[in-house]
Amino acid sequence: MGRAGAKPTILKDSVVPTLRKIIFFLVPTRRRGNPVWTRQRPVFLVPVHQHPVLADRDAGASPLHSHAGAWEREKSISLQNSFSQKKMNRREFIHLMAVASASGFLPKSFAEMQRDFYDIPNFGQVRLLHFTDCHAQLLPIYYREPHVNLGIGESKAPHIVGDKLLQHFGIKPNSLEAHAFTYLNYQQAAETYGKVGGFAHLATLINRLRDSYGREKTLLLDSGDTWQGSGTAYWTRGQDMVEACNRLGVDVMTGHWEFTYLAKEVLANIKKFQGEFVAQNVLVKEEALFEGVPAFDEDSGHAFKPYTMRDLNGVRVAVIGQAFPYTPIANPARFIPDWTFGIRESEMQSLVDTVRTQEKAEIVVVLSHNGMDVDLKLASRVTGIDVILGGHSHDAMPKPSHVKNNDGTTLVCNAGSSGKFLGVLDFTVKEGKVKDYQYRLMPVFANLLAADRKMQTYIEKVRMPYLSKLTEKLATTEQVLYRRGNFNGTYDQLICNALRVQSDAQIALSPGFRWGATLLPNQEITMEDVLNQTCITYPETYTQEMSGSQIKMILEDVCDNLFNSDPYWQQGGDMVRVGGMDYTCDPLQPINKRISGMTLDDGTPIDMSKRYKVAGWATVKNQSPGKPVWEIVADYLRDQKVVKLDKINTPKLLNVKGNPGIVDYNYN
Amino acid sequence: MTISRRNFIRNAVALGIGTIILPPALMADRAAFQTEEFDKALGFLFTDTPIVTSDKITLKAPDIAENGKVVEIEVKTDLPNVESITILSEKNPRPLVAQFNFKGKVRGWAKTRIKMGGTGNVIVVVKADGKLYKASRQIKVTIGGCGG
Repeated sequence: MGRAGAKPTILKDSVVPTLRKIIFFLVPTRRRGNPVWTRQRPVFLVPVHQHPVLADRDAGASPLHSHAGAWEREKSISLQNSFSQKKMNRREFIHLMAVASASGFLPKSFAEMQRDFYDIPNFGQVRLLHFTDCHAQLLPIYYREPHVNLGIGESKAPHIVGDKLLQHFGIKPNSLEAHAFTYLNYQQAAETYGKVGGFAHLATLINRLRDSYGREKTLLLDSGDTWQGSGTAYWTRGQDMVEACNRLGVDVMTGHWEFTYLAKEVLANIKKFQGEFVAQNVLVKEEALFEGVPAFDEDSGHAFKPYTMRDLNGVRVAVIGQAFPYTPIANPARFIPDWTFGIRESEMQSLVDTVRTQEKAEIVVVLSHNGMDVDLKLASRVTGIDVILGGHSHDAMPKPSHVKNNDGTTLVCNAGSSGKFLGVLDFTVKEGKVKDYQYRLMPVFANLLAADRKMQTYIEKVRMPYLSKLTEKLATTEQVLYRRGNFNGTYDQLICNALRVQSDAQIALSPGFRWGATLLPNQEITMEDVLNQTCITYPETYTQEMSGSQIKMILEDVCDNLFNSDPYWQQGGDMVRVGGMDYTCDPLQPINKRISGMTLDDGTPIDMSKRYKVAGWATVKNQSPGKPVWEIVADYLRDQKVVKLDKINTPKLLNVKGNPGIVDYNYN
Repeated sequence: MTISRRNFIRNAVALGIGTIILPPALMADRAAFQTEEFDKALGFLFTDTPIVTSDKITLKAPDIAENGKVVEIEVKTDLPNVESITILSEKNPRPLVAQFNFKGKVRGWAKTRIKMGGTGNVIVVVKADGKLYKASRQIKVTIGGCGG
């Protein structure tokens, strides 16, 4: 990578602790009021190789050793941290009481409350812990689940929302779980129960569930989308998350947004990762192999290790990796030109057969970033998989789907997103086969889990060089700002409005990502919040003229990725977000027949042959010329000061009334 | 001695081992390659011989093409005495894309890359023992972007 070679000589081991002590005392980690930030170094002037935590100072040492070194150094510094074991302050206590009364708990001590909600009885011989799509959210956030998540064809998980989801899974309305799994009564419930996720809180939960079960009998699995989604992940090229995952104890992971860094950065990050990165469906292209591009296995062409075998409590466990199959289509192929993806169903089948017969696997796990619909189809066609632990589609499903195939049943789980959930799957194995299981998808409520001190210290340190940029206050919001859902969320509308105003465009287009933290009314919008919604490695904006028919073609194409009746033809994102225009959508129609009635905001029909000025961002094919989208949105917010959205450009929908994947929708 | 994938490819390219691939334009009817109609292309090549769908043909192709300009198509068949493998892309301006002719005792296998302008069916016709068999698969070509 040449990173080690480029590091300045001043950062020698002996100097660094001293330097960091100085930095530590100069820059307080928490501030109130309106601090003056002048003592901080400008954010873009801290390259990773000088980062106080991430800088790799052990030149020549193996990645594993350099990590251990970093941890030791960290420990010595954290001793100086006045942060004592988590004690509740008054505000936290009041909050906790509110949570307790709202969720029917008796007011108990903090520790007792934890025990109530998070104590899971041990079951079976092997415990798998699973999270996915944390999108680099190191700190607790809010995340609103969708009220529109349409499924075409059979109505089943994951395409159920709101009350229908509660009924389907037998969840008590107005409970803590009801808030975790649905959008219902969102604002009030979020204000009551507080933020979710955060690596320090996740670490506490993971450690408890591993220690109480016996660490050696557990595995921590991550389905990917871990290295992208925050400012710090962007600035450190995913390295802050690799280190956080090492500290969290992730054993095996696969990926999707991981591949939006340059190939050499991906490989360097994997080298630093202390667990294993697995993917059976990523191959080095033949011509690249020919030119000497490295592969995990030159004979098979696998770019990465396809699977790993672990012995847990005397049980042979295989974990097969399945990266997001459409990465070079949904994201820029130019960053990873030598790798080719795909679902590779037949290869999956032969791999499962191999691990069953040759590796004597008793439990076969597929760690997947397919998206839940693709996982469900795969499970119905490939035999011999015990469980698919999946991600990508951000579906938080309280119970696994049981999928029958020619040789038995496969469980399909999807563990939500944003660090909000931890899946806990315990297996009983007899005579080399899975006999029974217990699964829980635990919501991670930051108010119910004390922050792990070591992780908290790490997070604070990793953010430190960027703190002034991250905490810049841009505006406040008067309403809930969220993204998740098949069509425009309020946050998307804000982004589209910013694009239109700042670029003087008639129409704005914004990608239908599923990540991005939610904000509550009266919350301040900081630069960090904007980055949480926009931070990608291809953020450049464009303004260009497009004909009405070109705009329609884009809408049709993306709509087919969402609503094609064959899951293998879906890419798992949501519909492209629009600003300045309305349309009608009939999800049940085939491609090129779903979109109609396109009009501008003032009601003027969009002429197929006329040209319109369109602004957008996140172009996949080539780099766009404009400023990064977060600068556009930040400029707009600085001007606006208060966010109040008058109009949301959600489409008029046809033929979906009664679909369990939609409620509370204004069909007009 | 095991042979590495790279060495195998290098040798394969150098020696042309495996199947005997002849320049298609020399072998097939020129008109078949030039016609813009799918049915006519089949007509030129096979006249009126009936073509039956066969599960003995494995057509490997991506569900969604990573790049419509280079879509990798692999055809394998267990049918004995393969004489030719023909690849057509229904929606291409000129649907006949490639024909591979075989001679002698060879395995029915061909792999190539084709260009596709949009979503459509790719049809493979295998001639074996004087009879015609086919398999087809729809391949999606998309503008991409917006993945979750």
